[in-house]
Amino acid sequence: MMREYYLNTIILGIFIIIPIWAFIMDEPFTITLMTRAAIFALAAVGLNIALGLGGLVSLGHATFFGIGGYSMGILAYHAQTFTPLMEWPILVSGSKLMPLIWINAVIMSAVAGLLIGILSLRTSGVYFIMITLAFGQMFFFFSISWSAYGGEDGLSIYIRNSFPGLNTLVPIHYYTLCITLLCAVLWINSRLIKSPFGIALNAARQVPARVETVGLNPVRLKLAAFIMSGTVTGLAGALFADLNRFVSPTMFSWQTSGEIMVFVIIGGVGRLFGPVVGALVFVALEHWLGGLSDFWHIYLGLLLLGIVLFGRGGLIGMICGEARLHE
Amino acid sequence: MSLLQLSDVSASYGASQALFGVDLDIAEGQVAALMGRNGMGKSSTVKCICRMLPSSGHIFFAGQDITNMPSHRAARLGIGLVPEGRRCFKDLSVYENLVAAQQAGLWNFAKIVDLFPRLGERESQLAASLSGGEQQMLAIGRALMTNPRLLILDEATEGLAPLIRQEIWSVISKLKYDIGLSILVIDKSLKELRSVCDKAVVIERGLTVWSGQMKDLNQDVAEKYLGV
Repeated sequence: MMREYYLNTIILGIFIIIPIWAFIMDEPFTITLMTRAAIFALAAVGLNIALGLGGLVSLGHATFFGIGGYSMGILAYHAQTFTPLMEWPILVSGSKLMPLIWINAVIMSAVAGLLIGILSLRTSGVYFIMITLAFGQMFFFFSISWSAYGGEDGLSIYIRNSFPGLNTLVPIHYYTLCITLLCAVLWINSRLIKSPFGIALNAARQVPARVETVGLNPVRLKLAAFIMSGTVTGLAGALFADLNRFVSPTMFSWQTSGEIMVFVIIGGVGRLFGPVVGALVFVALEHWLGGLSDFWHIYLGLLLLGIVLFGRGGLIGMICGEARLHE
Repeated sequence: MSLLQLSDVSASYGASQALFGVDLDIAEGQVAALMGRNGMGKSSTVKCICRMLPSSGHIFFAGQDITNMPSHRAARLGIGLVPEGRRCFKDLSVYENLVAAQQAGLWNFAKIVDLFPRLGERESQLAASLSGGEQQMLAIGRALMTNPRLLILDEATEGLAPLIRQEIWSVISKLKYDIGLSILVIDKSLKELRSVCDKAVVIERGLTVWSGQMKDLNQDVAEKYLGV
């Protein structure tokens, strides 16, 4: 298992060295690519809590990604147009302050996670996949018809939101924010996996009925995991919207849900750095292969096929071998 | 006062009825044996007590009606189960198996290791890699970690080597005499049951047919209902 520890250190090193190199060489586009990878990684780390730890195959995590995105978009839109978000019963105005936007994105995603989780966790297996997908599509079509916030065209934010002490328009500054959040969430995730909650959740994933006989409620455990998972993905959505200064219904689409799941599968389900590797590989392929062919998804599909058929532990599993979740 | 009381409990698996009226009474600090031949409804009775099988009739535990209670809430009230076939969490280590079940109270990881030193030696080993006897110790330890008021042992010594069986029985005696724990034991070995149990309940075709002090369980009853 030490091997995985070293591999994780190397991956983290890549996320530190490449942006520093790009900053020195004055390559802002590379920094933006790494920012994109870090945000995708954050979204996938969120999904990995539900999928890897709780065994919940959610095909609706774009719901949280979109909620995070629109949390940012709506607050920033009202701030830039100097219109109140609501006037009754209290006056609430928009905001361009990132910490406030993140808190809002996390709370909104948590509430959505609670409501979706309560309903979805009444089912399991393929029905759980379908119900989470249905929720995603529901939000997708709602956002298309929500003309107040751009409807199908989405919502543009003219200037990136601000963070005290940083100039977020400078790519390396914004990257620093994103990578710090990613590292913080990875650290929390590593503590979570080893905590009594994480151990109980893993047991609930293995044998739900048996967990009940030791006094644990598997549905409640999975619901807590689903909410945590949603909040992390929601936070990633807010960062992604800020990166592009644009939100659109695409963030809610089932393709987005699929992509987040692909990141986790490519890197390794249940591996701490699996989603990070998956996101990095995806962004690299998107950049390099996208320049060679419009049909670069074919190569991604082949990679996914190879991993699913020959390396169930994802890329990390192929390099480090099988591992236990709590090591 | 009764800690566990079952009156006229019936249960079915779909269209197939398994229990037709089980009566059972265990007092605080008492060790009772639930006996009967294979397929007579012993494990189904245990499933009803632990709320893993819906039932009719009445089940009271510590003065509360638990007949319609979900399994996890019954366990929280203090019903600890050592299931038939051990059924540890195979992908978790010994330590994690125990910690996953931990509730506040007398038992903690150190106390379990005192009771079963072997588990301490294999703390970080996966449950799946343990021997049958060690898995059984782990299953007992896991049930104790819930700090139960009643421990239910369903065929806890089945398929184990004689030395391990002896160790398990000595632990059951220790739990009875040192801790004063109430225990419901299902086992086929009459000799050991006689040495540790205060009372016995015999089930035949899903119905309680004999109940009384263990010392009153005579050869006639044993021959008629247990085939011994």
